[in-house]
Amino acid sequence: MELFRIKKDVPFMSYAGVTSIISALTFALAIVFLAMRGLNFGVDFTGGTVMEVAYPQAADTQKIRATLAAHGFADATVQNFGTARDVMIRLPIKKGVSSAQLSEQVLSELRKDTAVEMRRVEFVGPQVGEELFSDGFLALLLVSIGIMIYLAIRFEWRFAVAAIVATLHDVVIILGLFAFFRWEFSLTVLAAVLAILGYSVNDTVVVFDRIRENFRKMRKGSVAEIIDNAITRTLSRTVMTHVMTQLMVFSMLFLGGEILYYFALALTIGIVVGTYSSVLVASPIVMWLGISREDLIKVDKKQEADALP
Amino acid sequence: MNRYALWKYIMIAVLLVLGALYSLPNFYGESPAVQISAAKSTAKADAALLGEVETALKQEKLAYQTAFLDASGVKVRFADTDAQLKAKDLLQGKLGKDFVIALNLLSRSPDWLRSIGAQPMYLGLDLRGGVHFLLQVDMKAALDKALERYVGDLRTSLREKRISYNGIARQGNTLQVKFKDAAERTKAQEQIEKNFPDLLLKEEDAGAEKALSASLNLTAQKRIQDFALKQNIQTLHNRINELGVAEPIIQQQGADRVVVQLPGVQDTAKAKEILGRTATLEIRMVDEEKSDPTTLQNAAKGQVPFGDEFFIERNGVPVLLKKQVVLTGDYITDASPGLDQQTGESVVHVNLDGRGARIFKQVTRENVGKRMAILLVEKGQAEVITAPVIREEIGGGRVQISGMANVKEATDVSLLLRAGALAAPMDIIEERTVGPSLGADNIVKGFNSTMIGFAAIAIVMAGYYLAFGTISVIALGVNVLLLVAVLSMLQATLTLPGIAGIALTVGMAIDANVLIFERIREELRNGVSPQAAIHAGYDRAFDTIMDSNITTLIAGLALFMFGSGPVRGFAVTLCIGITTSMFSAIMVSRAMVNLTYGRQRKLLKLAI
Repeated sequence: MELFRIKKDVPFMSYAGVTSIISALTFALAIVFLAMRGLNFGVDFTGGTVMEVAYPQAADTQKIRATLAAHGFADATVQNFGTARDVMIRLPIKKGVSSAQLSEQVLSELRKDTAVEMRRVEFVGPQVGEELFSDGFLALLLVSIGIMIYLAIRFEWRFAVAAIVATLHDVVIILGLFAFFRWEFSLTVLAAVLAILGYSVNDTVVVFDRIRENFRKMRKGSVAEIIDNAITRTLSRTVMTHVMTQLMVFSMLFLGGEILYYFALALTIGIVVGTYSSVLVASPIVMWLGISREDLIKVDKKQEADALP
Repeated sequence: MNRYALWKYIMIAVLLVLGALYSLPNFYGESPAVQISAAKSTAKADAALLGEVETALKQEKLAYQTAFLDASGVKVRFADTDAQLKAKDLLQGKLGKDFVIALNLLSRSPDWLRSIGAQPMYLGLDLRGGVHFLLQVDMKAALDKALERYVGDLRTSLREKRISYNGIARQGNTLQVKFKDAAERTKAQEQIEKNFPDLLLKEEDAGAEKALSASLNLTAQKRIQDFALKQNIQTLHNRINELGVAEPIIQQQGADRVVVQLPGVQDTAKAKEILGRTATLEIRMVDEEKSDPTTLQNAAKGQVPFGDEFFIERNGVPVLLKKQVVLTGDYITDASPGLDQQTGESVVHVNLDGRGARIFKQVTRENVGKRMAILLVEKGQAEVITAPVIREEIGGGRVQISGMANVKEATDVSLLLRAGALAAPMDIIEERTVGPSLGADNIVKGFNSTMIGFAAIAIVMAGYYLAFGTISVIALGVNVLLLVAVLSMLQATLTLPGIAGIALTVGMAIDANVLIFERIREELRNGVSPQAAIHAGYDRAFDTIMDSNITTLIAGLALFMFGSGPVRGFAVTLCIGITTSMFSAIMVSRAMVNLTYGRQRKLLKLAI
């Protein structure tokens, strides 16, 4: 079975202008959302307590809220989580109260009504929250730099820059969507974003590899034509791989349960946006930065010379 | 052209067999069990204990599957958790405080697997259920306490040498000693520098008076912090034994934090309460006059004489103590096991600070020949650690407690003494608790979603790439097998994001194969012969696969370094998965392709 028997090269680069404007707009929109609405940070980053409890029957969130408010927990958020019987309670950090004991107090209050089962409790102290936040940011920075260095060595600096711009574009779009929809941004979601960083660059590298090969093989043809050919040739691979990965991620999204839900969501968005960016963001940038056959052949010759004893 | 040397096939086959062997323990499941280990040095988990346990269980008609003895104690397997819980209660009642009875899940894998080092994967808390705490030691309090002690010590020292001073006061991190003139100050400086090497002295002028400011130098500070941390960790060890947890993890994290993980713990309230406890030491005199057998017997039954309290020592001997507390644990700075110089017996060396030494000197002077008891008080419950005889007046703050049965007992007693003299309080700064039902849920969900995703990919690959697609699916299976085997061998922690990492690796591993097959198709389209197409496909795609996998590996490594807990589990499976996927996608699938097509000289058509 073969779905991609494309005879002529699709002129992707001629659309480069249009697609770049669209990309820039969505990028700007994402930044606006991030600035205005901000990310809905999970307890991992803000500190505080999260409790997941299960009731034998459908839970009455109003009643729970009232009970909690009556015992000094007026600032608790109570909502259903998955099924009608599961309830998630969030308590912000209270100054002066030993927060580790908070969850026990809350549980004992709730237990007075019905037999409540504690499924999960997470308490993060304020300084741990800050640390996780800065650690996450550092990780993002480190990955970006590491990848840039690797690509500059393997290909050429223009490719490195283009790849990073495209990948950061993906990350910002994901974060923008999370900000817009107020989806919870937890530590696992950050892990998904970092994984997408690697995955998206992975994608871009495949296209770049083909571009480099084309520069070597195709004696004639403008830069745009060479890139078009490279993208067209790799299109089937790109789509197939993304379909496969997406199948697995969908499986996680629908069957993986509540804890993995936003993680899988970030991955899904990342894969789709990543495909788009490898083709229609990274390649135009390489073209506009002025890549030419000489740049790549020079690098090749240098690599060959280095390889000689 | 498309042939592998024989050694390559053999290597792949060997790796496959190893992979299968080391991932096998994961499929055997676990049985609920009870683990009995010794809590005190006087108790021993040995064959006699095994016999006792079996008899007790048989008496109560509690059916068990097997009971055996190994390095960590006596273990008994049960068919279900009900029997397990009943057994725990029963044995707790029969064996008492000398033994720790813990609930545990024992793998059902056979012994021969265990003898080659094959174990099931180590499940993280979000899959097993349990409690994770991150505790922070209040280092400032430890340093403050240490500095406070110096106030008294400096006073004593200066007075002994008749150096006059106007006052000693603590100001934040330093002590200020005021003198009436520079001469006294110089004398004091010499004296202090000689006797207290831990202090850093600086001359200051506080208005009209000459002063010396003393602060702890950096080495001393670090030493105190290290000590405070280690002491706290020891205390935690002892306390967690009480909870009856089978495989607790207590580890130092950074300069001032401790990680505590208690898998399988259900009663989190009790765990938190135990961890937050403070213990103190008390020293009281034994009431010698009333310590005759009859009074002791009556006291045991509840008739305690006025002004006394009844206790039973660790070694089982009953003792009556006066209620008055002579000395508290605040004055103890250190306790360590050792050997008596002359007799070679095991003893415990205790160091007291200045004030404590003075009080102790007085007490021992007045009570030569009498017994003095050291109690450990925790949350209202007191236990007599030891009650030695005072042989002579002891000054200088260095006390030797003899009468220890062996080195282990000396070590235990010094641990308890140190626990009582806790240097610095601890705060819980992070907690993650997962109930057991959620843990089991997570495993099921993670496993199912991975399996279904795998099945979906398998169908698409086989349908789109035909024979080659099927080969790649088998290679994918090998990838997962090797991944599970490596995780089991390394005993890396598997968490829920870790399972997601396995799923993601599967999704990405297929990319390598897609690259190869697309290239083979292209070569065929260009008119290259099938054999050459296969060769070119694998050859050309290799570089691209390397580049793309290494970039994802970089992301995985960064996540590993900066992540913690469940996220780290994700990074681990991602990194290992990428490595195994490179091997299986390139070598294993090539081997299968070579076996299928390599020999056919006149290969005309490829099922791709």
